[in-house]
Amino acid sequence: MTDAYVVGVDMIKFGRFPDKTVPQIGAEAAHLALDDSGLTIQDMEALYCGNLGQASGMVGQRILQEIGQTGIPVVNVSNACATGATAFREAWASVKAGLYDLVIAVGVEQMGKGLLGGAGGSKGISKEGLLGSGTMPSVFAEAGMEHARNYGTTFEQFAKVSVKNHHHSTMNPKAMYQIETPLETVMNAEMISYPNTKLMCSVNVDGSAAAIIASEKKAKELGLMSRAIKVRASVLTSDPWQERDLVMPDVNTCTRRAAAAAYEMAGLGAEDIDLVELHDCFATAEILHYENLGLCDDGEAGRMIDDGEVALGGKVPVNMSGGLLSKGHPLGATGIANIYEVSTHLRGEAGQRQVEGARIGLTHVIGLGSACGIHILEKAS
Amino acid sequence: MSDSPLPAVDYLKIPDDGDPYLEGYKCSSCEAIFLGERANCAKCGERDQMETVTLANSGTLYTYSIVHRSFPGIDVPYISAIVDLDGGGTVKGNLINVDPEPEKIEFGMPIEVVYDDALGRKDSEGNSYLSYFFQPSNAAS
Repeated sequence: MTDAYVVGVDMIKFGRFPDKTVPQIGAEAAHLALDDSGLTIQDMEALYCGNLGQASGMVGQRILQEIGQTGIPVVNVSNACATGATAFREAWASVKAGLYDLVIAVGVEQMGKGLLGGAGGSKGISKEGLLGSGTMPSVFAEAGMEHARNYGTTFEQFAKVSVKNHHHSTMNPKAMYQIETPLETVMNAEMISYPNTKLMCSVNVDGSAAAIIASEKKAKELGLMSRAIKVRASVLTSDPWQERDLVMPDVNTCTRRAAAAAYEMAGLGAEDIDLVELHDCFATAEILHYENLGLCDDGEAGRMIDDGEVALGGKVPVNMSGGLLSKGHPLGATGIANIYEVSTHLRGEAGQRQVEGARIGLTHVIGLGSACGIHILEKAS
Repeated sequence: MSDSPLPAVDYLKIPDDGDPYLEGYKCSSCEAIFLGERANCAKCGERDQMETVTLANSGTLYTYSIVHRSFPGIDVPYISAIVDLDGGGTVKGNLINVDPEPEKIEFGMPIEVVYDDALGRKDSEGNSYLSYFFQPSNAAS
């Protein structure tokens, strides 16, 4: 099978764009990624589009109506918060399989403000606040408290994740926010679901990101190898059965399985990873994934945040973009925005927040329900 | 409109003569326990081997969150708790008769399941509902 390369990738600055349509927002990222590669929509052989809010609305085709209806095949995918990564992976798979030499993946979302989560079915009466909480801050608080139960992780350690990611975002002009957020500010912010305060919840924003993927032959033929990013691994898992499944989504096992498969596919280990963009939908979640991705041993995640190993300048910087907590989390765009962030570091183009000497990076997303997508990327030599 | 309260969820059973209880579906092949009626096992894939079991009214606190902001109209704060029942089955619900403070909540604390009106909630037809709650098993009810 051919190797597949990212030859163009970009994202819009995340924000709130109530006056734009979803396809308009998606089209902006598609144009940016095409421009990054120096190619046009006429060069693309297929489009893979990730969007959740209008999952039945043919968003990919409507993006082509904005930027050029070339008649290429369009696949629209929806996979909760793993939607963007799934669209990217489907695009990658089509190139790996030899179906196409040049394809585009676009992730886009337009979000409302407010709490995400299920209220537990429409039949009878609302179950929210009667049978616990189905809100996302609460679900991920419960997952974090499971870690606290096992390892004594503290509210302060969870809060430090948010301090770090907000700090990183001050160096990312495409993040929703660029605001230093000290520990006291995070811990004293409105409590949403203990231990997640408002500043420990991801920001609901509108956004889009896109990537152009090429076969090795095509990338060489077009002279695009100098900035190309090799996709060393692409893995998608769902959640295997767990005894607490029905009341407590398990984001750990599917991540561990995906990480093991991704390291094997890449022929690498966690120790080879120079930076990570992982799914910090809530500060509590980030802590879990240090261990799930093998960045440290089980039980070491609290120490890892305390020691600054996951901050810029540390052993393995995590969420240099500012993460979902500060860059923002437009559900369908997030998986491709992660790929943009890691690629930008591998290209040495991340400016003030550049992870020096970064060669290999990993992206991770979780869609609750559940799906885990992991990609390992390397600068083409 | 029903004269007597309806169950808040389908795995809460209200017998005509007897106390309410939580019902599980247990795979007779691999012994996985589920809430709610089902035909096939999500753990082992076995078909049509489900049998109903009465779940225990006692268990231990596995994990929790303290909810300070919920959807509009929902009273806060409250403790959202996940409880492992003795003998199998894990259920989620409100932990009551404990202050919603982390210092007052201990992982593994013994819990009992109690049944009461569903916080006055009624459906569009005016029906009342019976729900279940968790409380520390040493609490006076």
